[in-house]
Amino acid sequence: MSCGNSCNSNTTSRRGFLTSMAASAAGATAGLTLAPGVTLFSPAQARARGKGEAASSKVRWGMLVDANKCDDGCTACVDACADENGWQGEGNPATDAQWIRKVKVTDPGTGKSQSLPMMCQHCEEPPCVDVCPTGASMKRADGIVLVDKHSCIGCRYCMMACPYQARSFVHEPVSGQRTHAPRGKGTVESCTFCVHRVDEGQQPACVEACGGTKRGALTFGDLNDSESEISKKIATYPTQAIRSDLGLKPGVRYLGLDT
Amino acid sequence: MTLRTIISVLVATFVFVAISSSAEAAGRVTIPEPAKGKGDQCVADTSFMRKNHPSLLKHQRDDTLRKGIRGNEFSLKECVACHAVDGKDAKPVTYENPEHFCRTCHAYVAVKLDCFECHASTPDKKRQANELPKKHPPTNVLSSWRDLSAQTCEGG
Repeated sequence: MSCGNSCNSNTTSRRGFLTSMAASAAGATAGLTLAPGVTLFSPAQARARGKGEAASSKVRWGMLVDANKCDDGCTACVDACADENGWQGEGNPATDAQWIRKVKVTDPGTGKSQSLPMMCQHCEEPPCVDVCPTGASMKRADGIVLVDKHSCIGCRYCMMACPYQARSFVHEPVSGQRTHAPRGKGTVESCTFCVHRVDEGQQPACVEACGGTKRGALTFGDLNDSESEISKKIATYPTQAIRSDLGLKPGVRYLGLDT
Repeated sequence: MTLRTIISVLVATFVFVAISSSAEAAGRVTIPEPAKGKGDQCVADTSFMRKNHPSLLKHQRDDTLRKGIRGNEFSLKECVACHAVDGKDAKPVTYENPEHFCRTCHAYVAVKLDCFECHASTPDKKRQANELPKKHPPTNVLSSWRDLSAQTCEGG
């Protein structure tokens, strides 16, 4: 325990007790306890989980968008996402699903334009989860925000709560779904970070497609792993979350945005 | 004795034929015979699967989606892949077709099936034939079933 001579078990604070307990527990499993309350964790590796292994909160999946490398007019990420997850439109632009879209932002002062992809930001404090009346909107242990369509009643509260307009409602009957991306009329859907690929140790389809164009504007990885490419970039360059004022702590960060 | 046996068999056959023909004449639906799976063996006994497949799928879907547990054995995707029925065009039929494996029984028992409003009712096009499950490892189905039941109680 962390108590020295100056305290005894009666005066140990609740916080001190919990901290030392957590440190001991962590030391026993994954980390090395250097001193009371100081634990060295080995970084979680981005890899395919084993069969029957649940997603872990030791991993926090995130994405970094380098707006400097993102070209206006390139829709490789959008096309790859639509193909991977089977959400090609029904020909009704007003209501068609849109898991990821390209946005052009222009600084009215300088006239400088930037193009960037906008999708579910996989918030640490997702408002869509807060407002969902059925618990369908949910956040996985590794930070991926999903819709459990088995429980979704299509009320669309989450769509109104999302400041990024990242979610879509499926208005029409769907056929020819991909086996790994079920989607159907009357439910809400959004970017899943290609959870079926991530669970197999692969990158999301948009990241792969962006890399295929030699732009490499998208980086995906574990934000909790200080050795991951995304963590190193975030530690090196000035990045920002969109609408960081809301305190939602998004998993998607942007680099090179003029503010 | 032999004569009696022969007469009994003849009477039994006559009664069976009479019942069958009367059932057909009355326009009753014949018992479905769903197509067999392509693999060597199902993940559990046929009788067990007949009764429990909805619960198995329901529990596993929560594990997969909410906890991110992949690769467990009671997977709708695997059911669809193994029990796919090819149509006249040699492509697997969708749930829209009365020949679809799930539909044959569900139509007979008049139980509406919602799975395929969202899920694909045919195997993944990219999936190769040699990826089909050949033989599953022996499963202690009863213990799995108990585990799953316990989970319901905790969650509920």
